[in-house]
Amino acid sequence: MSSVCSYELRCRECGRSYGNQPLSICDECFSPLEVFHDLEAARGVFTRDAISKGPHSIWRYRALLPVPEGFESDLAVGDTPLFRAPHLEKKIGAGKLYIKNDAVCLPTLSFKDRVVAVALANARAFGFDTVGCSSTGNLANAVAAQSARLGLKACILIPADLEPAKILNTQVYGARLVRIDGNYDHVNRLCSQIADRFNWGFVNVNLRPYYAEGSKTVGYEIAEQMGWKLPDNVVVPMAGGSLITKIKKAFAELIALGLVEEKKVRFFGAQATGCSPISTAVKTGNDMEPQKPSTIARSLAIGNPADGPYAKKAILESGGWAEDVSDEEVVAGIQMLAEAEGIFTETAGGVTTAVTKKLIAQGRIKEGETTVLCITGNGLKTTDVLTELYATEPAVRPRLKDFEEYLSSLNALPTTASADADNLVAGGVHVR
Amino acid sequence: MQTTWWQEAYMSVRVLLPTAFTKHTGGKKELDSSASNLSGLVADIEKTFPDLALHLKDETGHLRKFINVYVNDEDIRFLGNEKYEFKDGDEVMLIPSIAGGC
Repeated sequence: MSSVCSYELRCRECGRSYGNQPLSICDECFSPLEVFHDLEAARGVFTRDAISKGPHSIWRYRALLPVPEGFESDLAVGDTPLFRAPHLEKKIGAGKLYIKNDAVCLPTLSFKDRVVAVALANARAFGFDTVGCSSTGNLANAVAAQSARLGLKACILIPADLEPAKILNTQVYGARLVRIDGNYDHVNRLCSQIADRFNWGFVNVNLRPYYAEGSKTVGYEIAEQMGWKLPDNVVVPMAGGSLITKIKKAFAELIALGLVEEKKVRFFGAQATGCSPISTAVKTGNDMEPQKPSTIARSLAIGNPADGPYAKKAILESGGWAEDVSDEEVVAGIQMLAEAEGIFTETAGGVTTAVTKKLIAQGRIKEGETTVLCITGNGLKTTDVLTELYATEPAVRPRLKDFEEYLSSLNALPTTASADADNLVAGGVHVR
Repeated sequence: MQTTWWQEAYMSVRVLLPTAFTKHTGGKKELDSSASNLSGLVADIEKTFPDLALHLKDETGHLRKFINVYVNDEDIRFLGNEKYEFKDGDEVMLIPSIAGGC
């Protein structure tokens, strides 16, 4: 390990060291590389006190992030709210539920801003002037925005059928957007070939080990915001399977450095049934088999998740479980979180909410336990899954009499016969 | 579909290897193979690149779990894996797993 750097790449399987370079695959056993931190070097630096004096962003945890010497960022990424969800608790009958709300992560309203911030810090240090990614949408937005801010060129590849909002939210930053005629797994495969051919920094290919470490900040924030305590359970959406393993890694580091008391946190993974290779592997105990995704939760639609085997292992070791839900339950989950807590999440958040409800009903998450739901993205990006559920209301003339007539017309409808205030105001069709 | 001896003799698939392999192949990233199925193809790769053979399989003798095999853009596991019979002109790509999403 170099004298100036307290982290380096190592193979997750054979342990071989690779120093620091844009590389994600071990050339001995072809397994993924991961950033290894020298925790002893962080002891005395990564303390509650030092962190409390840091900026209100992920950079307050910089001592355990793989960020090159001299890199400074004024971009306030992360530090998203964590709060109790009392109305959701009543609805789904759990103990203490907390929402970690990355629907408002800046600058692009998903947790992907965290990973991209760390990846691009390294892209610059490695000398790339062009960066890119394969993306189901949120990553595309984050790479496009942050590369613009850093003055890097961006080339972003997405599956052709992505939600229009996610496409527009990438193009607006001036990034080159390439729609690929295939699903995410096809796009991903092409990106690995492009990264081989061109000297570009692909955040989720050759910069992947650095990128993935950014996810740890979700775990650090949860612990700090709970008063340096760990919850009993965490429910995490799974696409590539990386986030759940990194939150677990973050908690383990905090325990190792004495910032929190040792505790066995149970990790629960959430997927959509239409793309559930990891939850299926957890439930059946078999090795993970790839699937062809078919779900409205497109940000989770990765049929062959690279970190799937690690996610499965992390879940089972923790005493947790994984579940998956139908597209109807995903939409109902979005509506439930919005109506109960005023949080509008995208389809992945609907998956997390609906899976939490299912796990409580199964008795896997129990009364009296503290559970954190990781909400990773914003509902404004996937409004297309809801538009058909909410009818266009008739235009009422701006007169009190007309308004009263409008109200009585609502009362006349059989579905709103009770005419209580809730029914009058809520215009949506509930699929749950 | 059964192939006859003369079809087999002329059958050829193009195999593309990832950069991660090139340390063990003298920099080569391609080969042609006349193998009829996956295990034959792996044997062909091992014969052509004996150094690579030391790294390609795990202790159970299977292709390492992070190596994905694609035939003409399709994951070979969707085509029947070992049961899939290569056809003349097939393009086979070996690619290590990569991640995305959360």
